[in-house]
Amino acid sequence: MAYYRRNSSADRMARGLGWFSIGLGVAELVAARRLARWMGMEDQAGLIRAYGAREVATGVGLLAMGDARPWMWGRIAGDALDIATLAAAHHDGNPRRENVATALGTVAAVTALDVLCTAMLHREEAAAWTPPPDYSDRSGLPRPPTAMRGAAKDAPIPADMRTPDILRFEPVGAN
Amino acid sequence: MKALVWHGTADIRYDTVPDPEIEQPRDAIVKVTSCAICGSDLHLYDHVMPGMEKGDIMGHEFMGEVVDVGAEAKSALKVGDRVVVPFTIWCGECDQCRRGNYSVCERSNRNKAMADKLFGHATAGLFGYTHLTGGYAGGQAEYVRVPFADRTHVKIPDGLSDEQVLFLGDIFPTGWQAAAQCDIQPTDTVAIWGCGPVGQMTIRSAVLLGAKQVIAIDRVPERLSMAKAGGAITINFEEESVVERLNELTGGKGPEKCIDAVGMEAHATATLDSIYDRAKQALMLESDRAHVLREMMYVCRPAGTLSIPGVYGGLIDKVPFGMSMNKGLTWRMGQTHVNRWTDGLLRRIQEGQIDPSFVITHSVGLAEGPGMYETFRDKRDGCIKVVLKP
Repeated sequence: MAYYRRNSSADRMARGLGWFSIGLGVAELVAARRLARWMGMEDQAGLIRAYGAREVATGVGLLAMGDARPWMWGRIAGDALDIATLAAAHHDGNPRRENVATALGTVAAVTALDVLCTAMLHREEAAAWTPPPDYSDRSGLPRPPTAMRGAAKDAPIPADMRTPDILRFEPVGAN
Repeated sequence: MKALVWHGTADIRYDTVPDPEIEQPRDAIVKVTSCAICGSDLHLYDHVMPGMEKGDIMGHEFMGEVVDVGAEAKSALKVGDRVVVPFTIWCGECDQCRRGNYSVCERSNRNKAMADKLFGHATAGLFGYTHLTGGYAGGQAEYVRVPFADRTHVKIPDGLSDEQVLFLGDIFPTGWQAAAQCDIQPTDTVAIWGCGPVGQMTIRSAVLLGAKQVIAIDRVPERLSMAKAGGAITINFEEESVVERLNELTGGKGPEKCIDAVGMEAHATATLDSIYDRAKQALMLESDRAHVLREMMYVCRPAGTLSIPGVYGGLIDKVPFGMSMNKGLTWRMGQTHVNRWTDGLLRRIQEGQIDPSFVITHSVGLAEGPGMYETFRDKRDGCIKVVLKP
């Protein structure tokens, strides 16, 4: 089981990145064509929209799903995808090559933040982890449960909570 | 006096607030000696349950000593009486109370108009649990006003500690009712989702009521070890398939009785449907995460019973109701009719048949309450049940 601490500095940073992810995602969804033109990638507006949807999903995950780490790894994988896509567009034949370089620089900076945040989250978990306590002696019953089975079978079940005879699975052997 | 006060999402503070006073002739004032944080308090802490207002005093599981009694409650209570206060406030006179349906008392919810709008018809007043259930101040405080106190109490005899009887106010009768409304037969397999405090009480109740086998489902190791101690076969849903394991344990037929002791905040990332629910919740398109309901409907043996003590607050989505209809499942649910059960359960505690204090993992002063909310919610430090001492 993963343990995590909400409201820690790493968690707050992850949530900030979640909001950033949603903002960027919405921008990519709404202005995909304009972004594609700006980077000389006119034929890739659809891909930018898909990346926008990915950003929104990761952002919602970061903000809503508790443990931020899997979503941060999702962001890092997305960053790698962004970098690969931008690197492919960064060639001499692209008249907007300088804009692509700017975008690449920005993504690299955000990737560094993502990696830092993920490392902080993992460090926090490692520091907080303790072996789970053993409650195997806490039965609350005076004798072993097998000996207590049915000890309260005389308890009256009110009429509104009784199962009609036809829906009972008794007698023994019926199942 | 001091009390734990709700200020917003994950913001509960140890504040100074005015002392309560007798407002109605049937009131009493109780000096709280012990109170607990309930799993359903976390729905308020996380603010997934609507109807809280800044300044509301938390807490609906508490006990203490009577220090003042209104004129019309004096026939039932006197100063110095030691009482557990049930979380459902009941008048004892309306049609529902006369039938024993205390959690849907027709008179105790003082915000009836608001509740009528949301639920069609109002349910009972509850302590410290939103303005939809009356907006009554809760018991995570030094003192609390108990309305309809001549009925809304359980007198505690000498010789029993607070820890032994405190949970008569909520989780013990809630777990008991969850099992009782399954009308457990000696041939029944009872599957229980959730090994939090209510789940633990449900496991013991199902064992005492004579189930053939009790199966408990959770992911938290210490909760599973406590469930096993109480007589359950355990399933860690992070390590094995719930469906496959339940089929294996029931000869492929499914459990006859399924109990949801989880409610509206099922673990958000364990399954695809929970992730979907959490995303919709974040986008305000759904209020509750219904994974356990879906799984119970799927695994339950046809003509079986689903019992739901877990709290739900509003809207759920993608519930395969056709599955339930075609399998002829019986659904039983509702807030607990606490006082229906308390005489019998108190007797069982006195006779030593069960000691509910086994569930307490943390006992601290009231001032430490805000921090314990976080510890309990995040399931840190082996936390299963927190008792607070004002």
